[in-house]
Amino acid sequence: MAETITMPKLGFDMAEGTLVRWVKKEGEEIQKGDVLAEIETDKATVEVESSASGTVRKLLVDEGTAVPVGDPIAMVGSPDEKIESIPTPEPESKTEKTAPAPAESGPATAKPEPVTAEPAVTTPTGRVKASPLARRMAEEKGLALANLQGSGPGGRIVKRDVESAISAQPTAVSSATTAPAQAAPQAGAALAPLPSINAEPRQDQRVNLTKLRQAIGRRMTESKQQFPHFYVAHEYKMGQLMALRKQVNQYLPDGEKLSVNDFIVKAAGLALRQYPNLNARLDGEAVLRFGAVNVGVAVTVPGGLLTVVVRDADQKPLRQISLEIKSMAARARDGKVKPDDVEGSTFSTSNLGMYDVENFIAIISPPEAAILALGSAREVPVVQDGEVVPGWRMKATISVDHRVSDGAEAAQFMQALATYLEEPLRLMV
Amino acid sequence: MTRITMREAISQAIWEEMERDPKVFIQGEEVGVWGGTYAVTKGFYDHFGPERVRDTPISEAVIVGSAIGAAMTGLRPIAELMTINFAFVAMDHIVNEAAKLHYMFGGHFKLPLVIRAVGGGGRQLAATHSQTPDVIFAHFPGLTVVSPGTPEDAKGLLKSAIRSDNPVLFIEHAAMYQSRGEVPDGDYTIPIGKSKIQRPGRDVTIVTYCKGLELSLKAAEELAKDGIEAEIVDLRTLRPLDMEPVLESFKKTNRAVMVEEGWKSYGVGAEISSRIYEEAFDYLDAPIKRVAQKEVPLPYNRTLEQMALPQVPDIVSAVKEVLK
Repeated sequence: MAETITMPKLGFDMAEGTLVRWVKKEGEEIQKGDVLAEIETDKATVEVESSASGTVRKLLVDEGTAVPVGDPIAMVGSPDEKIESIPTPEPESKTEKTAPAPAESGPATAKPEPVTAEPAVTTPTGRVKASPLARRMAEEKGLALANLQGSGPGGRIVKRDVESAISAQPTAVSSATTAPAQAAPQAGAALAPLPSINAEPRQDQRVNLTKLRQAIGRRMTESKQQFPHFYVAHEYKMGQLMALRKQVNQYLPDGEKLSVNDFIVKAAGLALRQYPNLNARLDGEAVLRFGAVNVGVAVTVPGGLLTVVVRDADQKPLRQISLEIKSMAARARDGKVKPDDVEGSTFSTSNLGMYDVENFIAIISPPEAAILALGSAREVPVVQDGEVVPGWRMKATISVDHRVSDGAEAAQFMQALATYLEEPLRLMV
Repeated sequence: MTRITMREAISQAIWEEMERDPKVFIQGEEVGVWGGTYAVTKGFYDHFGPERVRDTPISEAVIVGSAIGAAMTGLRPIAELMTINFAFVAMDHIVNEAAKLHYMFGGHFKLPLVIRAVGGGGRQLAATHSQTPDVIFAHFPGLTVVSPGTPEDAKGLLKSAIRSDNPVLFIEHAAMYQSRGEVPDGDYTIPIGKSKIQRPGRDVTIVTYCKGLELSLKAAEELAKDGIEAEIVDLRTLRPLDMEPVLESFKKTNRAVMVEEGWKSYGVGAEISSRIYEEAFDYLDAPIKRVAQKEVPLPYNRTLEQMALPQVPDIVSAVKEVLK
């Protein structure tokens, strides 16, 4: 009896997934656990593993199709058995059992903060409306039609939509560093007359939102509208940490060296143990304090950002935290994250330090209670014993859900964080 | 090249072929002494004589039927029908005999016959004398159906039709005899069964023929003012149909409008768009639109007649519609 493989539910708010690529073809052998297909959700491209062993008998959906969770996508059976009928989706009877583990109930999310506690907007599960030409072009370019927005009559995806998606594809995330103005021109010197310039006309460009971008937009809007944010900023003395990091990294091979952020994740994990109210979320009339301390780390990916999750960050050694973040971030950037990589954070961090940012403020990632935004560690003039001397400083700002906590508590958390960041040996022992 | 009218082009083609081959002759109502209802054979009677320029009784069945017999026995007749609307009276001769004799006699007979017929509306000749029933004839395998849209094509295609050993229905448009165009000097022919790009463009493909070409060229000029470059494919021959230039153009533009003077239902546009769907589906970026005559018997009243016939603005708006 052939087994039916269905569209898996890879996040509690996932309503459908787009089948991006079949890894196995009809007629190929497959073992339980082998990758059968790649699907794209709101969050990422993930691999679907076969829940049965045998021969792939039927692929029921075309690449590029958006499939509701639970609908059949393939059939696996023995090579010669007869496949009588293609299963039809069960009507509405799929009740998901939600694991009650509190730490898991917070979806992980796209970073600055996407977690939604409510069902994602479900797109109607009908077929994507696209012209045959657009369909073919998208297929050739490996674009999922479901991710495009149609500008034709009735929202039909037409050639120009695919073309604009193609031209928008290599979205490099560039941090805008503007070059400071050069030396002012000498006053009084005669200036050459302005040459006449025929500006080259450039067309407006309409870039369709990726699913990820749409999800981020939805969640951030929800957060900003429903979560009363307040912010507490703190400046940390980073001299010891920078020195310790330099020293430790001498013992570590390339590719395994610790980043400043690794220290921060560990420090945040420990500080959260002291302030469990910030490792929490609002749950109706109560605050649900998570048992586990799972620290999310925002990672820039093409088309948006994802939050990868360091589970039990308070308990893991720094090196392990560092290695986990490196491998999850790499998968995120390749669009190959596993559900575990992005699910289940209880507190998030966002670090723009590598872009030479002094300080910034993040939006809370629902349903979490807080997010920590980190600037660059930089050498600045500081006053020490009445003298101005160089010193390493880093600014950080925590955004907190005021329904859950208050300024004083947030400030104390930031101080607790200081004890770890400013005396970093505490993180090592 | 010389700039002449459609009437002159057709007249020259017949004249030159009659000079070239003594087996060619013409017969029809008033083609002789009177010089033809549309003056196409003016001067022929005096030059070629009554044997080769034959006035007939008012009987289309006789005109076509006797021409078929003449063709079977070795002559190359041109049968002129004053209007294609009268071809219905000769329907059996045209579709059951002319179209099938070669086939049913196992190839023993050739049928080098040309039936010239005048079609089209717009001249207030009312419902029974203004029709464009081209597709009815193009429906029958065995009959070649040609309908040119320029003097150059008219002359070259008619000469090919006269030289063809197969029966050809050559449809001229009553309102186009005064249309002018450049025609090559000297003897030339244009092969039957070849569509032609009459105007290059990149944004949309207009497929048309005969009077529709004239309208489409004007529409293309209007569209060009809005930056829309329409490519116009002139079918010139309805059977055998040459889809190559249509498909080539469509694969480039991905959008198409069909323009014909006949009714939309079961029409040329229906045929062409269906073939595009069959043969170039993966190139389709928008549904194909058809511009055609309104589904009514053509009115006598001038205003109503013009409303019922396809017009330049209809083509312009159809093109803009498919480009949405």
